[in-house]
Amino acid sequence: MSLASSVLAGERLALARLLSQIENDHPSGRAALGELFSHTGQAHLVGVTGAPGTGKSSLVNRLAHHYRHPPPGVSQRKIAIVAVDPSSPFTGGAILGDRVRMRDLSGDPGIFIRSMAARGSLGGLAPTTASMVQVFDAAGFEIIIIETVGAGQAEVDIARLAHTTLVVEAPGLGDEIQAIKAGILEIADILVVNKADRPGVENTERALRSMLELAHPTRRVFKHHGLNETIPMPERESNDDSLWVPPIVRTVATQGDGLPELVEAIADHQDHLEITGERQDRDRTRLQAELELLIQGNLVSRWRQGISDSQYQEILESLIARQISPHQAVDALLDGGQKA
Amino acid sequence: MSERKIRVLVAKPGLDGHDRGAKVVARALRDAGMEVIYTGLRQTPEMVAEAALQEDVDVIGLSILSGAHMVIVPRVLELLKANGQEHVNVFVGGIIPDEDVPRLMESGVVGVYGPGTLTEDIIRDIRQAVIGTPAP
Ligand SMILES: Nc1nc2c(ncn2[C@@H]2O[C@H](COP(=O)(O)OP(=O)(O)OP(=O)(O)O)[C@@H](O)[C@H]2O)c(=O)[nH]1
Ligand SMILES: [Mg+2]
Repeated sequence: MSLASSVLAGERLALARLLSQIENDHPSGRAALGELFSHTGQAHLVGVTGAPGTGKSSLVNRLAHHYRHPPPGVSQRKIAIVAVDPSSPFTGGAILGDRVRMRDLSGDPGIFIRSMAARGSLGGLAPTTASMVQVFDAAGFEIIIIETVGAGQAEVDIARLAHTTLVVEAPGLGDEIQAIKAGILEIADILVVNKADRPGVENTERALRSMLELAHPTRRVFKHHGLNETIPMPERESNDDSLWVPPIVRTVATQGDGLPELVEAIADHQDHLEITGERQDRDRTRLQAELELLIQGNLVSRWRQGISDSQYQEILESLIARQISPHQAVDALLDGGQKA
Repeated sequence: MSERKIRVLVAKPGLDGHDRGAKVVARALRDAGMEVIYTGLRQTPEMVAEAALQEDVDVIGLSILSGAHMVIVPRVLELLKANGQEHVNVFVGGIIPDEDVPRLMESGVVGVYGPGTLTEDIIRDIRQAVIGTPAP
């Protein structure tokens, strides 16, 4: 049986193995992904980002636990978690410590947690995170939660990959400036104020709310109503269907407070994506971006094979000697590549 | 493509609450270019084996100070085997009486390290074990 069919049959060791092949960009991993790809597109992808130590992993732990132990009448979902941590730029090594906060999930065959190092990527995800997620998707995991590195920067990569992006803030991080600088609001589908048991929650929430108002000036009327309150979705006007105002949800990840509200906000966003057709748009944009990136990479390496090192060096030297401009160098190199 | 990374699970089974040693080793392995999955305190053998499977690690480092190594280690090895992961190299660090070392090695442990072991020695042994036993 091929690795891909073992994965489809639900074999966990095969899944773990395939994830490694994908992570190492091994040709057999690519082949397996080819077999699996038609099975993807089912899962809901939830991104969790935010500054270091805001409680992302603790929150992921609670979220997953909640999906595995739903209230009566709600079906249980299979959950995959991909947790990305930084690689050392000097040694390439990494300490992946997110599992420490996810002990509650052990022993549950409906959960699969995989840690990965960013391996030189700066956007909060690793170069192969998207492909790993595709494998989980094909393997039948219904919700895939992706925890980013948490650089606290505008992590556009996760917003592009996930259907629903949670931005986690916590009191006492100098939030106001931080969030504005990072432009983090633009990527948030849901804002989570975690560590709501800590002093300063009010300030954090106020800062976020006033920035939301800046971003959505027509939504000023929506005020906060108390602990764990989600801003209600605005009454939809007929011409206003596509508007999503990110709700602010307070949580205490260590206790589980606010989790039902958070789960509900995620479900609301999922509905919103379905109703407005934005889900298809996002999937389309993401796959197109992935395609173009791959084309670039492939064209470059193909071209590089078609040109000799000496040709390349020669033109590079003319450029450095300022005999030709960078554009002229490109013309010469691409022509050279074609002739070769 | 890129050079294959050695993935190591560092776990601290047992009930004692000290993980300083485990953390020192974890950092040393990272500084040697390895990817270290750190799982924290009070791991059961079942938790260790489950994490090793999901993370598809090459190596497990168990730090055991509680004296329960003759119970914990064989159980971890048994679970690895049951999961089809007998290729994973298991190392044990901590306070292990001399007379237990041969028994651990016979049961399939690759290396046993007492207090004061140089991290360079551990790194060298891990590299040797992993490069000598490529994943099937
Ligand atoms: N008081 C309080 N502490 C919390 C809460 N959530 C998490 N913590 C603590 O905050 C610390 C960091 O939590 P993590 O879940 O590891 O945070 P993280 O964002 O995943 O951290 P990185 O992955 O390192 O960026 C831990 O000590 C948690 O116990 C909370 O709601 N209230
Ligand atoms: Mg974390």
